[in-house]
Amino acid sequence: MAVRAQFENSNEVGVFATLTNSYALVATGGSMNFYSVFEAELADVIPICHTTIAGTRIVGRLTAGNRNGLLLPTSTTDQELQHLRNSIPETVKVQRIEERLSALGNVICANDHVALVHPDIERETEEIVADVLGVEVFRQTISENVLVGSYCSLSNQGGIVHPKTSIQDQDELSSLLQVPLVAGSVNRGSPVVGAGMVVNDWMAVTGLDTTATELSVVESVFKLGEGMGPSNLAGGLRDSLVETWY
Amino acid sequence: MDLDTVQLPTSTGKAPIATVLCATCGAPIDGSTGVAMCYDCIKLNVDISDGIQREATIHFCRGCDRWLQPPTQWVSAALESRELLALCLRKLRGLAKVRIIDASFIWTEPHSKRIRVKITVQQEAFQSTILQQSFEVEYVVAYHQCPDCAKSFTANTWRACVQVRQKVPHKRTFLYLEQLILKHNAHKDTINIREVKDGLDFYYSQRNHATKMVDFLGAVVPITSKKSSELISTDIHTSTKSYKFTYSVELVPICKDDLVCIPIKMARSLGNISPLLLCTRIGNSIHLMDPGTLQVADVQTSVYWRAPFSSLADVQELVEFIVLDIEPSGPTHGRFVLADAQVARASDMVSNTQSYLVRTHLGGILHPGDSVLGYHLSGTNFNNPQYEDLERTVPGQIPEVVLVKKSYPRKKKNKNRNWRLKRMAREESDMLPRKQDQERAERDYEMFLRDVEEDTELRASLALYKNTRKNPPKTQRMEGVEMESVPEERAEPGSEVEQDVEDDDGDDGDLPEIAIDELLDEFEEMHVQD
Repeated sequence: MAVRAQFENSNEVGVFATLTNSYALVATGGSMNFYSVFEAELADVIPICHTTIAGTRIVGRLTAGNRNGLLLPTSTTDQELQHLRNSIPETVKVQRIEERLSALGNVICANDHVALVHPDIERETEEIVADVLGVEVFRQTISENVLVGSYCSLSNQGGIVHPKTSIQDQDELSSLLQVPLVAGSVNRGSPVVGAGMVVNDWMAVTGLDTTATELSVVESVFKLGEGMGPSNLAGGLRDSLVETWY
Repeated sequence: MDLDTVQLPTSTGKAPIATVLCATCGAPIDGSTGVAMCYDCIKLNVDISDGIQREATIHFCRGCDRWLQPPTQWVSAALESRELLALCLRKLRGLAKVRIIDASFIWTEPHSKRIRVKITVQQEAFQSTILQQSFEVEYVVAYHQCPDCAKSFTANTWRACVQVRQKVPHKRTFLYLEQLILKHNAHKDTINIREVKDGLDFYYSQRNHATKMVDFLGAVVPITSKKSSELISTDIHTSTKSYKFTYSVELVPICKDDLVCIPIKMARSLGNISPLLLCTRIGNSIHLMDPGTLQVADVQTSVYWRAPFSSLADVQELVEFIVLDIEPSGPTHGRFVLADAQVARASDMVSNTQSYLVRTHLGGILHPGDSVLGYHLSGTNFNNPQYEDLERTVPGQIPEVVLVKKSYPRKKKNKNRNWRLKRMAREESDMLPRKQDQERAERDYEMFLRDVEEDTELRASLALYKNTRKNPPKTQRMEGVEMESVPEERAEPGSEVEQDVEDDDGDDGDLPEIAIDELLDEFEEMHVQD
């Protein structure tokens, strides 16, 4: 299921929200419209946490997480950390990390098994990412962009990368991540796919400007369409789809 | 959308190209530009001509057929010309943001007062996507009288006036000045030239044009000038005032070939020169020469105006003498050669035999039998204080005759000169000139032309043009024939008798001629055929 949403007239959904398979973080806005979109889809399934990070609303860009854990920048206040610990499931490890590149959402792109990180990230951070999120970590770039979190949107089913990414790079990334990748855009041609949408294994939220073509690409590669949920996925269908979408 | 049509790029040699779907139409496109939208969709979504005017007004002056180039310039340009296109493009706001690829006129009826221009522009729409777009702009031609035309239809618009005066009974200096002004194009900014008694008035629309003219006059002739201004209007709130300026310029009342008697004190300071002098040239100072010693003096303008003196006798009082005998006495100064000559008045030749022994500077050009013009001092009463001083101090030393220039026998009015001078267009004063005034003006002009012929130095400072009339003078051939016979003819005592012969070309080969290579070709003037 892919839905379109807007946060206070901004289409950059990924900036104001973080979505994983076990929890969701949503920025506090002037109205509850944006929160309601998540609530309508996720209520009773996973907790949705209304929060700020370091007093800002750009929670999606400052945090990185998956089913197993949540990474927060050092600028996160103690109150926010406590609030998050209270709100999200206890199985999820919440960790504040001291990293110079503090916009963790821009420099880390993770699903439940692997993570791509910025090439210049510190060694300790890389180890913390591997421990907290329980993933294999790869230092990578996406079509020569170091901000992997901005230019890649990843779930356990598939991923979208910057439209400029060459076939070779896509093949290489795809073999690292073990999921099919596609070059694409969101929000009517915006190449910033990581910041323009959020995705988990059964839903995606994109900006309101996203066209039907873009949405169909998103649904195809993340396998969000009708009958394509994780339970219904048959090996044969998956193979054929992967071939169609590279 | 048929997904099967999306072909996987085959890695056959060339670099693999990522293929993405266009965000709006879903067409598979090359993703290597980094834009996930196809060219056609970008073109549909983005209007690069946005913010550029599609209609504009240009102003045209019917009086002079010129276009207004904002803010204040008026330029002439034909319809559908490059200049007009440039003017039209400059008129459009917002065109600076884009790159103009092409612009052309679309033909319209001239009387429709519409000009249509098709413009093609280019601009980068997204990153590294260049869009090209064409559009039409319609200009409305509005009439607007330009300030020049408005001024030409309004009387008394001058702001500054230069009144040039010389208080002498003839116009030779002004004729010379006219030629100088024409040669240096000093009358370029003049809006009107008016001829008045004793001089000319030059009118200007701006004060600095007038000061420029005064400076020009000061550089070529000795002048004194006075400035006065008349308040036209004043605004007490902004304390801006507008004035009319008048420059009164007075030329030194001494001309070439005038006889002057300078104050004795001045003569002492000029190297103890004799006070009775001939003016040889008027440059931006007065050049004087003592014909008895060839001593020269140069009176600066400022020095002159400190103690002004007038001329004792001018060219109208010249008397004709005949050289009976001449003998160079040695000293020379430039083209002047000192000589002792025995002359007799031409009018006395038949009645008596009185002759005068005179020392002259014309030894180089005078020969026995020649006719020469000079001032006859012994038979003249001068009403001049300096001259009276001179008579009192050195009673016996004043020469009886001062020879000035050689006289060439010629017709009253020479119609077939092979050269001519340009004239300035001027406005006569309100009343028509009387017949005798007209005759006098013609006589002055003829005298000036003769001066030009006789004086190479004067000629060098003027612009002479070839005379391209229908019947050119036949001097070229005649001159060649007559040249050999000239020396014998001159030696004959009776040569004066022949000076009344009608054909002056054959009359005297000694007549000064201007070589053809000194003359300028004139640009063809516009002749309107009826």
